[in-house]
Amino acid sequence: MDRRKFTRFHIEVSVQPSLASVIFFSLLAIILAFACGGIIFLFYHISPWVGYQTFFQGALGSWYAFSETLKRTIPLLLVGEGLALAFRAQVLNIGAEGQILLGAVAATWVALFSGLPPFLLLPVMFLLGFLAGAGWALIPAFLKTRFAVNEVLSTLMLNYVASNLVLYLIGGPWKGKGVRGFTYTDTFPEAAWLKTMGITRVPYFTLLVGIVIAVGGYFFLKKSALGFELRVVGSSPETAKLLGINEEKIVFLAMLLSGGLSGFAGVGEVAGIHHLLRHPDHISLGYGYTAIIVAWLARANPLATIVTSFLFGALLSGGDALRVSLGIPFQVVSVFNGLILFFLISTEHLSRYRIIWGDTKVVENYDS
Amino acid sequence: MLEEKNRWEEKPVEVAFNSITKRFPPDILANNQVSFEVKKGTVHALLGENGAGKTTLMNILYGLLLPDEGEIIIRGKPTKISSPREAINLGIGMVHQHFKLIPTHTVSENIVLGLTSTPFFFPAEKAEFEIKSLSEKYGLKIDPRARVWQLSAGEKQKVEILKALYRRANILILDEPTSVLTPQEAEELFATLRAMKEEGKTCIFITHKLNEVKEIADVVTVMRKGKVVSTTLPSQVSLEELARMTVGKEVISVVPRKITSDKTILQLQEVSAMGDRDFPALLNISLTVRKGEIVGVAGIAGNGQKELAEVIVGLRPVTKGHIFLEDREITNLLPRDIASSGVAYIPEDRHLGLVGEMSVAENLLLRGYSQPPFSQGFWVDWEKAEAYSEKLISNYQISPPLSDIPVRILSGGNRQRVVIARELERKPKLVIASHPTAGLDVSGVEAIHKLLIKAQEEGAGILLISGDLDELLKLSNRIVIMFRGEIVGEKEKEHWTEEDRREIGLRMGGVKR
Repeated sequence: MDRRKFTRFHIEVSVQPSLASVIFFSLLAIILAFACGGIIFLFYHISPWVGYQTFFQGALGSWYAFSETLKRTIPLLLVGEGLALAFRAQVLNIGAEGQILLGAVAATWVALFSGLPPFLLLPVMFLLGFLAGAGWALIPAFLKTRFAVNEVLSTLMLNYVASNLVLYLIGGPWKGKGVRGFTYTDTFPEAAWLKTMGITRVPYFTLLVGIVIAVGGYFFLKKSALGFELRVVGSSPETAKLLGINEEKIVFLAMLLSGGLSGFAGVGEVAGIHHLLRHPDHISLGYGYTAIIVAWLARANPLATIVTSFLFGALLSGGDALRVSLGIPFQVVSVFNGLILFFLISTEHLSRYRIIWGDTKVVENYDS
Repeated sequence: MLEEKNRWEEKPVEVAFNSITKRFPPDILANNQVSFEVKKGTVHALLGENGAGKTTLMNILYGLLLPDEGEIIIRGKPTKISSPREAINLGIGMVHQHFKLIPTHTVSENIVLGLTSTPFFFPAEKAEFEIKSLSEKYGLKIDPRARVWQLSAGEKQKVEILKALYRRANILILDEPTSVLTPQEAEELFATLRAMKEEGKTCIFITHKLNEVKEIADVVTVMRKGKVVSTTLPSQVSLEELARMTVGKEVISVVPRKITSDKTILQLQEVSAMGDRDFPALLNISLTVRKGEIVGVAGIAGNGQKELAEVIVGLRPVTKGHIFLEDREITNLLPRDIASSGVAYIPEDRHLGLVGEMSVAENLLLRGYSQPPFSQGFWVDWEKAEAYSEKLISNYQISPPLSDIPVRILSGGNRQRVVIARELERKPKLVIASHPTAGLDVSGVEAIHKLLIKAQEEGAGILLISGDLDELLKLSNRIVIMFRGEIVGEKEKEHWTEEDRREIGLRMGGVKR
């Protein structure tokens, strides 16, 4: 009996995952997340096929859908690229949500109460918004460098403080005069509104800034001396100490940039979309948390956050379409976010493995 | 001698390796038709450079890896060992190079961990008696109730050996056991091995130190590039022959030049400093290093050598005294300022000198990235950096010769070359080299020694801290001995003798003349 051998394969472990395999496994994680997410549609007695059709139409199916996606991409991009820089320095800023809100609060004060001449309103709103977000992030930076307080906890807890601060302001001192039973502020004067593209709700300014900073951040990390120091501190703090790199400076820088960009994004939301300060959940839609996944999926590469923030922007507007057309709660999007993060982390290790097909000898894989 | 050979040949075979072949894809042949026998009641040394295939072979014996071809025969029976548990059941124990102990547990808890006979509550109580008797029998003095994190490396190794003995191991594999030990601890280990031999137990001893083979082994198998070069009795070969067998070429020894200058490069005046546990680690240390001189610092690990290096490079505050570099005081300056005034540092801990995730080129630039010619301020000129790293890679023979791969995938010897290339290329006035060759193979050690000698010839003063007395005797113009944070002896010589070695050894142990 002369039987042909079956196709055999073996598995190789490479020490360094290739770009192709990182992209492949990132996509695989997203596909697996969608496959699992499909089960949710079944609970609503909707076929997953119809569900996803609605979803993709809502995200990218028309120019309107595309603009809605873009609208949500902007804050995710601004916050995500800041977090990418922070994560590279191993500064785990989980407090972007609160930093966004602080930016929005600062912008609201400028727009409604500063009494500045109209032409100065927008520049000062963005400046103070950036500083407010940065200042909020510098509290944990100070606690970390001075008292070794873990920044994951301090940034996270400050989110609740920020959220309640907004609730206090809109229900108390800043409550609008003409809003009666509702809790939000008066509408900003039109000089404090951000110009949008055509009839869409996409402000150019913040989109442009987001893209410029993504490119700039990429070159900053790769080519500048300070970016180099930031990466050394992030990968090996002991070596940084030996070389005399000022670790405190890097922690402050990382918090300043990520907090500032979050605050900047918060200004963009109130000045570009809402034109007033309202309930925290409406200002941010959890951008500060979703941006963590944006930065993670981009492997903390600022340039790649352009792609990943768009992806999550699409996820958010697709989720909106599900709510409107099929009556599925918006929170389903959070389930997708969670599933994507879950599969990303669990496939991370796989990107180091490579399957070699062919009629070669079977060699069991080995992990040193 | 012939009689000795006969006596060895008469002993029963405990383990036989029969044409073992092991491949790692894509094209590494870690073991190539390896065959030899290990006799019962002997200490069998397995000698070879890093990457010769010693550890792979032992991992196969311990069931961590399966061979692609060939078989292992234990006490006459061909055996397939597919997990460490099976190996333990066959009476095989292994002490790894990196200890596998749980730091927060006690010694006896670690020893009984994972045994099915261990009771659920108070697991260690019952075992304590037996552990005590085992440790007395084999000279492994250790408190069974001590927590593992409190122990020194040598004591942890004792726990690992006890763990194997408690599991009734008849064959004990030791992977480079002396690399973490002081000379005294190594002596104790050898005494334990001799006691085990008396009991008819068999030890397989992986090493790349030639002296140890002569001292403790009954038989030695030399491996090179995955193949067995020879299995022989240590008494029948000279050290030179053993060295030639391991590296495949004559080892060139370097001898330090005489000092030509009286200029002082480094001067410590009564320097004191605290250790990590708020205990004085350095007491009134006075020391000088002259231009073109290698000063060796001898001592058992933990007697202040690490702290000495750290105060000089600015990583540890000086509480009293002064440090001068040439005429300039550098006491308690920032590490960066000390480095830029001409001090190179090769740290004891390899993780400290390099950033594993970063490329070879970036690691070579860790000192110079913010200064001309690589940077005029904000941006770094990476094209220049690339050319610079290509030059260093070829000058210092860093292999593989690629500048864009992460440094963590290089071998230990090549990682050390990256550190040394970066530090010496700055043409330092002073080099602080802390255990620069620890854990490297013979040719790696030679290469590092040559680079240090070259720096010396170019006029650098070198402070060489090492736990390897042979290395110090080979390279140093002068040797100081440290004990409990103090300098307890100093000797200057052109040629060192056996008498010097003995005297230094005694002083390292705190014996005064």
